[in-house]
Amino acid sequence: MTKFEHNSAFTRRSVLLGGGALVVSIGAALPLDTLLSLQAAYAQGAKPPLTPDQLSSYIAVNADGSVSAFFGKMDMGHGLAVAIAQIVAEELDVPFKSVKVFMGDTANSVNQGGASGSTGIQNGGKQMRMAAAEARRVLVEMASGLLSTPVEQLKVNDGVVSAASDPGKRISYAQMIGGRYFNVQLEWNKQYGNPLYAPGKAQPKNHTEHRIVGQPIKREDVAPKVFAQEDFVTDIKVPGMVHGRMIRPAIAGAVPVNVDESSIKDIPGAKVVWDKGFLGVVADKEWDAIQAAQKLKVEWSKVEPPFPEQASLYDHIRKASVRKRSVDKENGNVDDAFKAAAKVIEAEYEWPFQSHACMGPACALVQIKDGQVTCWSGTQKSHFVQEGLALTLDLPVDRVRVIHTTGPGSYGRNDADDCAMDAAVLAKAVGKPVRLQYMREQGTGWDPKGPASNHKARAAIDATGKVMAYEFTSKGFSRFDVNTNGGKPHDTLAGQTRGVALQSRDAFGIPAESYAFDNKRMAWETIPPLLDRSSPLRSAHLRDPVGPQIHFASESFIDEVAAALNADPIEFRLRHLQDPRDIAVIKAAAEKANWETRPSPRRNQSGNKVSGRGIAYAQRNGTRVAIVAEVDIDRSTGKIWARKFTVAHDCGQIINPDGLVKCIEGNIVQGVSRTLWEEVTFDRKSVTSVDWLTYPILDITETPAEVNVALINHPELPPTGAGEPSIRPVAAAIANAIFDATGVRIRRVPFSPDRVKSALS
Amino acid sequence: MIQKFTLTVNGKSHTVNADPDMPLLYALRDELGLNNPHFGCGLAQCGACTVHLDGQPARSCITTMSTVGDAKITTLAGLGTPDKPHPIQTAYIEEQVPQCGYCINGWLMTAAAFLRDKKKPTEAEIKDALSGLKCRCGTHISILKAVKRAAEMMG
Repeated sequence: MTKFEHNSAFTRRSVLLGGGALVVSIGAALPLDTLLSLQAAYAQGAKPPLTPDQLSSYIAVNADGSVSAFFGKMDMGHGLAVAIAQIVAEELDVPFKSVKVFMGDTANSVNQGGASGSTGIQNGGKQMRMAAAEARRVLVEMASGLLSTPVEQLKVNDGVVSAASDPGKRISYAQMIGGRYFNVQLEWNKQYGNPLYAPGKAQPKNHTEHRIVGQPIKREDVAPKVFAQEDFVTDIKVPGMVHGRMIRPAIAGAVPVNVDESSIKDIPGAKVVWDKGFLGVVADKEWDAIQAAQKLKVEWSKVEPPFPEQASLYDHIRKASVRKRSVDKENGNVDDAFKAAAKVIEAEYEWPFQSHACMGPACALVQIKDGQVTCWSGTQKSHFVQEGLALTLDLPVDRVRVIHTTGPGSYGRNDADDCAMDAAVLAKAVGKPVRLQYMREQGTGWDPKGPASNHKARAAIDATGKVMAYEFTSKGFSRFDVNTNGGKPHDTLAGQTRGVALQSRDAFGIPAESYAFDNKRMAWETIPPLLDRSSPLRSAHLRDPVGPQIHFASESFIDEVAAALNADPIEFRLRHLQDPRDIAVIKAAAEKANWETRPSPRRNQSGNKVSGRGIAYAQRNGTRVAIVAEVDIDRSTGKIWARKFTVAHDCGQIINPDGLVKCIEGNIVQGVSRTLWEEVTFDRKSVTSVDWLTYPILDITETPAEVNVALINHPELPPTGAGEPSIRPVAAAIANAIFDATGVRIRRVPFSPDRVKSALS
Repeated sequence: MIQKFTLTVNGKSHTVNADPDMPLLYALRDELGLNNPHFGCGLAQCGACTVHLDGQPARSCITTMSTVGDAKITTLAGLGTPDKPHPIQTAYIEEQVPQCGYCINGWLMTAAAFLRDKKKPTEAEIKDALSGLKCRCGTHISILKAVKRAAEMMG
């Protein structure tokens, strides 16, 4: 924390009297009381409450003139802090380097939703922009009084306000408010999380005035990582800390019925923490905790293995009772159109459970001291974890502080929040700070999973070859067996293992596109979870929740219809798309990829080594992405090399083009991995994909040779998200390229060599 | 049966009392306070725990204390410093490689040893040398650019 220390020692008068430069710089003698009244309106020594309606909750000017930005979201590795600092510096008219962004600490930020839904800039940046603009407005107004110059005759440069006509009349932000707090009320919309919005009276700058926003500024957190100087959450230590490890059942749903603590009595400091289904150990040393978890003798309850055989997963989904059906989009009369069709094209697609499989299993450190809880966590959502810890420990929320600390990767609701709650239960039980890290098999085996799903699509074609109707229905496990954060005990393993019932809710989604057909219906259906408590197959948000699965199916199917009508896949899409920005990204990708207009598949290849190209596109909350994939396939082995990607990306105004390109590259590569390799395996007892051998991901030898990005900048539009949209069309682009190369349609992910080889034979 | 071990890490000698079967990783992290390497899998499948033993990359998560002997241990913190960076560290910063950054230990330590032994490697040789290391964020394209850049710097 660099923020003001010893605030209570300040009085307004002493600060101002001490700030002699302030009075001198004005030149003209203003009575001190006038100065005080001018400042009192907007600045004060005591910190206003940390609430969303206070400007001080977002922005502070420090005594040295540097600016602190307090952000209730956090960076998961895309350099978000750089973009936020650019936005704040831009609106405040201070140098970029003077802004430091503090992310995801509940002690100094409000709940802006954490890392969620690619809204870091879209929502979080929007709020920080408004807060910074308001701060500038207030400071200029203060300066106006202090310099006896009308606001419209003032300008701001690098945090110094001066009179346009007399540069000698000047005063800095630091002189006016440095080291104290803004006392400015914002118009808060009374929402927490992603929708939180609290503008002031100021209007942000017009984009034509932007000098810092839009620049390719580099991340400052790369060097500390590269020189081993950054503390990850796994590296945090506190005095008196012990190490914890959790123990999970071999058969999901089983609970301990007998625990023999004497089996670990020889391990120094080893203690068992057992509460219903919750079972963990602590020891003074980490290796001892690992040994204790392995050696502890546990008798588990006899339960029926809860899961279907993996081979029947998609049958299970097809036959499962529908818990909720939602038709999210419908026009025309789809059923009548299908009855009148000359031809019906139908297809069905399947997507497996997938794991976050982060680089390391989750880690959290919880310290309970004098009734105050401090938790260091790699969570994406500190403020929700704060609520979850308060409920888990039965303490008021204001007694809990959660400090987001970089974790071993995060792509949604991974195992971080569960780990924080488990660590809290351990820490409370043993009366010492507990650092808990899961083991690899728990990180991959027991993280919340991206849901498995089945997708049916059909198109009605009339006698002239026109598409009369289109229907698309997804059926799968909900994206909300557990919520996207650990804010409630029923959403965490610590809660569920200790007896809180799972509260699986219903949510899925439909394709995000703008194809216009006279008759169109898009729907989703959710099915119940496979196990009603602490399940290693509980489903939740994994990067672009349900987006890759839905658009794998929908954009594959659009390609199937184009092929059936002997149309070029891009030409067919452009024939039906309505949205100009959708059309623009597809045209941009096609142009950059030197797309050859012709129907798929290619017909001029022979031999085992064949190549193809495919297009897919999607929208996501305002962002548009089109991807052309070029793949090489070895028919004899079924091995696919997704060799080249051309990505056209439109997320409105671009804040930092270099950061954006990196973000897109990561999306594409992770998308290739999920498409070609990733599938959670399980047997009737539990998840069996528990490490990198059983849950393989893309290897560097399979990395695309090229990811070429065409950024479409719309500085006149608000920025939208980039953290997830470009992973969305990857699977379909690859599937469409495989079809182009081979004439064979792969409708189940992953496209592993065995599956491709058998499809081709 | 706790035993006394003398470890030479980044040029300094340390004494550690530990179980001979304990992986070196825990001695480095918990006893010597070296925050790199990281625990990724404990199974030698990802590389996040990589250190050099007498200059050769080794997975410290499966290297037991009893097998370290008098090998000189180098961790990422010993590879280079901001004042005197290793070329692969410079290249990583120039190419802005990491996203979450948890995996980079394995890539940097493995690439550093590879580039020392192999001048002017081809892309295929680089990929082959780095095969098996994991990066979940998907920074592989930037990793390859950085290793190529470092190879050029190292002549």
